[in-house]
Amino acid sequence: MAHICILGNGIAGVTAARHIRKLSEHRITLISGEASYFFSRTALMYVYMGHMAWKDLEPYPRTFWQDNRIEILYDMVAAVDFEEKKMILASGRSVHYDQLILATGSVPVRPEWPGQNLRGVGKLYHKQDLEALESWTPQVRQAVIAGGGLIGIELAEMLHSRGKEVSLLIREPAYWAGVLPMPEANLVSRHILRQGIDLRQGHQVREIKSHDGERVSSIVTQDGSEIDCQYLGITIGVRPNIDLFQNSPLEMDRGILVDSFLRTNLPDVYAIGDCAQLKNPRPGRRSVEAVWYTGRMMGKTVAKTICGHSEEYDPGIWFNSAKFFDLEYQVYGQVSPVDPPSIASLYWQHPNEEKSIRICYDKASQEVTGFNLMGIRFRQEICDRWISQKANLKEVLSSVRLAFFDPEFYRDHAPQLIRAAREQTGLDVQLTRPWTLNAVLQFMKK
Amino acid sequence: MKANSNGSIFHPDTRVPLKWISLGFGLLGMGWMVAVSLGSLVPSAFSLILSFLLMTLGVVGYAVYLYAFVQPGIRNNQNIPSSLGSRGWLAWILALILTGFYVILYWFPAMLGLGDAENRGLVALFDPLSFALKGQKASQWFVYGSLYTLAILLFGIKFIWKYRHSRYQQFRTLSVIFFQLAFAFLLPELMLGLNLPYNDFKNMWPLNYYFFDGWHIEELLKAGNIGWLMLVWGILMIVLVSPVLTYLYGKRWYCSWVCGCGGLAETAGDPFRHLSDKSVGAWKLERWMIYSILVLCVLMTAGVLYSYQSGQARMLGLDTAWLRSSYGFVIGAAFSGVIGVGFYPLLGSRVWCRFGCPMAAILGIQQKYLSRFRITTNGGQCISCGNCSTYCEMGIDVRAYAQRGQDIVRASCVGCGICSAVCPRGVLRLENGSLDLFDRAQKARNED
Ligand SMILES: Cc1cc2nc3c(=O)[nH]c(=O)nc-3n(C[C@H](O)[C@H](O)[C@H](O)COP(=O)(O)OP(=O)(O)OC[C@H]3O[C@@H](n4cnc5c(N)ncnc54)[C@H](O)[C@@H]3O)c2cc1C
Ligand code: SF4
Ligand code: SF4
Repeated sequence: MAHICILGNGIAGVTAARHIRKLSEHRITLISGEASYFFSRTALMYVYMGHMAWKDLEPYPRTFWQDNRIEILYDMVAAVDFEEKKMILASGRSVHYDQLILATGSVPVRPEWPGQNLRGVGKLYHKQDLEALESWTPQVRQAVIAGGGLIGIELAEMLHSRGKEVSLLIREPAYWAGVLPMPEANLVSRHILRQGIDLRQGHQVREIKSHDGERVSSIVTQDGSEIDCQYLGITIGVRPNIDLFQNSPLEMDRGILVDSFLRTNLPDVYAIGDCAQLKNPRPGRRSVEAVWYTGRMMGKTVAKTICGHSEEYDPGIWFNSAKFFDLEYQVYGQVSPVDPPSIASLYWQHPNEEKSIRICYDKASQEVTGFNLMGIRFRQEICDRWISQKANLKEVLSSVRLAFFDPEFYRDHAPQLIRAAREQTGLDVQLTRPWTLNAVLQFMKK
Repeated sequence: MKANSNGSIFHPDTRVPLKWISLGFGLLGMGWMVAVSLGSLVPSAFSLILSFLLMTLGVVGYAVYLYAFVQPGIRNNQNIPSSLGSRGWLAWILALILTGFYVILYWFPAMLGLGDAENRGLVALFDPLSFALKGQKASQWFVYGSLYTLAILLFGIKFIWKYRHSRYQQFRTLSVIFFQLAFAFLLPELMLGLNLPYNDFKNMWPLNYYFFDGWHIEELLKAGNIGWLMLVWGILMIVLVSPVLTYLYGKRWYCSWVCGCGGLAETAGDPFRHLSDKSVGAWKLERWMIYSILVLCVLMTAGVLYSYQSGQARMLGLDTAWLRSSYGFVIGAAFSGVIGVGFYPLLGSRVWCRFGCPMAAILGIQQKYLSRFRITTNGGQCISCGNCSTYCEMGIDVRAYAQRGQDIVRASCVGCGICSAVCPRGVLRLENGSLDLFDRAQKARNED
C-alpha cells in the first residue's frame, strides 16, 4: 500500500482520488490551501449572484471523504523536495509521499499595468477572490472588467446582477473573436449590449488610477478615455500554476510537461488538469487545455495508470460549453474563428432570435468536423459519433434532428437549416428522421 | 471623456418604487380581507372584488418589477441571501400566518365567520361569489377553494413571466391553471348549483381519499346516471388513464401538469423550491414515509369499503371509522395542509408531495419501473455547478447523476423541468423512450 499525495483538490485532483479509491487500497491524501472541501470552481459566480449557497457548490457531502478514506489536508504546500519525496507545508509540517500527483490548477495572468495592488482591483479564480469581491461590493457603483474571455463575461454578469454599472473592455473587435467565428462573436456582443452592459470592443486598459493612493477610482484606456470605477476585474486569461516548482528538477515549459501517460520527467510524479502541458497533444488539440472536462478525464486516466492499469490519455472529440449571460453556447469538434483552407462551414442564423447553428466540414471529403451552436442545445453523443465516424454532411443534415437537445416544445429549426444548406452548398437534402428518443437510442446502438 | 453610459434606461434603482407599490397593493388586499374577517369592514361584493383586484395588482405588479425590465433568462438573483428565501425572519412569519390560517380553516371555521343560518366575516365576504356560481351561501371550503385558485392563477402568471423563454414551463403552468380553475373550482361548484354531486374529475384516489367512503359512493349512486359516470370515471382514472399516461410520460402528467397540490407548489411555492433537503438522510426518510402512508391509505380504504359492504364496524379488529377519521385528520388535513403548504417557506414547496402523498407514491413506483420517462444527461457537458440539485423541489441530487453522465430515473421526480431550465450548460432533457425501459436507470453512459 503506497501513500499517494495529490496536490490540489480541484476537479482533476478529486477525480484522481476517487478513482484511485475505486481501484485500490492505497492511502490517499488530498491537499489544498484554498478550501478544505472540493467545490465547483465553475459555479463561483452563482454564489455571488445569490443563486446558490456555498455548500451547494460542493458536489459531495462532507462525509464522503471519510467514508472513502480520502484524507483531507487543508494547508498550503510551501515547497516540494522531489529527491526526498516529501512536501513541506506552510505550517512547517512535512508530508512524505510514495507517488505524487500535481494538480495545482491555474492562476490568473497579471498584466503589466501600474496600480494593480490598489484596493478594488481583483480577479476571479480562487475562493479568496470571491471573498474579496464580496467585501468590496457595497462600495462599488461602477465596475470595469478588463478582458473578454469566459471569466470576464461571468464577472460582468455577476456585478450586473447586483445592480452595478458594468463596462466590459475587450481587445478584439467582438466578444471572444479569437475563438468564435465572427457571426457568432457578433451575436454574443449584441447580447451583451442588450443586457445593458457598456461593452467596449477594441479597448485595452493602459493605466489604473486612484484618488487616494489606496483604492481604484478609474482606469484609462489606450485611446485615452477614462472610466470611473470602484472595482476593476482583470480577466486577461489564466496560466498553469507552477511557480512553486520554478527551481526544481521538474521539466516545465508553460506548464508541467507530461507524456501521454501524464508522467512528468521525475519518477513517481504525475501532473494533471490545468497545470499540465502535454508534450505530444493530439492533432488539432492544444497542449494546455484549461477546462473542467479535461481535468476530469486526466484525473481518471492517471488513477488507472497509478493503479496498474496503464492507460494513455485520450481526450476524445473536443467539446465545450458556456453561457454568456442568457445565451448558451456549445461546441463539438473543431471550429475555428476562420475556416482553414480545407474546411468549409454551413451557417444558419435565426432571423430575429439569438440562435445559430454552424456545421464545419471537409471540402474534399464532405466529412463533418465540427458543430458550433448558439442558443441551441445539441446532443453530445450524437455529434461525437458523427465526427469520430466521419459522417458526411448530407447524412448529418438529413438526420440532424437526432442531435436536438432543447427542452420539449422547442421550435424545430431543422427545415430552416436545410434550406440554408441548399442555398449555401447546393446539396439536395431531405429530412428523414423525425425526432424521438427511440431513434437516438437506435442510432447509438448501431 | 468620462462616462459609464449604461445602455439600459431602467437602472435597477429606478424601479424599486414599483416593488414597494406592488407590495403595498398586495398587503392592502389581504388586509382588507382580514378587516372583513375581524368585522371591521362589512362583507359585500364590492369588498370582495376590491380585495381580489388589489391582490392581483400586487402580484402582477411585483412580477413586472422583477421581470419586465430584464431580458428573459434564469433570474434567481439574491434568492439565497434573502430573508424569505433562506428561512429568515420573514420566512418564519409567513409560515406562522399560513399554518395559522390552515388550523383555523380546518378546526375553527367559526372564526372565519361560518354560521349555520347566516355567515359573517370572511365566509360572508365570499357569499356573493358563491351565490353567483351555485345559488348557495359560501362555506369555509368555498373560501379556501377560491383563494387557492386565485393564488395559482396569480402566481402562475408570475411564473409564466419568469420563464417566458421556456415553452415547457409555460405550457405546464397554463395547464395547472386550467385544471385548477375549470376542473377543481368552477365545474364542481356549478354542478352543485345544478343539484349534482360535487366532483373534481381530475382528482383521483388515493389523493382523493374519500372516494370510496360509504357516504360518497351513496351520494354518487343517488345522483343516477351522472353519478354512475363519476364513479366509473373515478375508477377508470385509477386503473387505466393514470397507468397509461404514466407509462407514456412519467408521473409529471399529473404532478406538475394537472394536480392542484402540485399546481400551488409550482406557482405560489416556486420561490421556496430550493429549500428542499438534498441529503441522503432525507431521501431515506422520504421512502420510508411515503410508502408507509400509502400502505395506511390502502388499509384505510379497504376497511371503509369492507364496512360499507358488510356493515361490520371492525376489520381485523380495527375500527374502520376511527381509522378513516384519523387518516383524514393526520394525513388529509394536518400533513397535506398545515405542514404541506404552511411550511413552504421553511421546508420547500413539495413536502407533502415528497413525503406524504400516496398518489405520488403509486405514480412513483410506476415511474421507476414501468415508464418511458427519464431525464437524460448530455454526455460529459456537466460542470458539477449544482444549480439543478439546488432548484429541484423534490430534493433530488440531480448533479450526482449528471456529473456521471447517467440518466435520472427517480420515483419522486415530478418532471417540473426546472433542473433542465436552470442548468447553465444545457445538460438535462426530459424525455420519453421505450427502447431501453429496463436499463434506463442503470446505464451510466459516461461513467467518469
Ligand atoms: C470563474 C471560473 C469559471 C469557469 N467556468 C468553466 C466552465 O464553465 N467550463 C469549463 O470547462 N471550465 C471552466 N473553468 C475552468 C475550470 O474551473 C478549470 O479548468 C478547473 O477548475 C481546473 O481544475 P484543476 O483541478 O486542474 O485545478 P483547480 O481547480 O485550480 O484546483 C487546484 C487547487 O490546488 C490548490 N493549490 C495550488 N497550489 C497549491 C499549493 N502550493 N498548496 C496548496 N494548494 C494548492 C489551489 O488552491 C486549488 O484549490 C472556470 C474557471 C473559473 C475560474
Ligand atoms: S429532477 Fe428535475 S424535473 Fe424532476 S423534480 Fe427535480 S427539478 Fe423537477
Ligand atoms: S445544473 Fe447542469 S451543469 Fe450544473 S450540475 Fe446540474 S447538470 Fe451539471
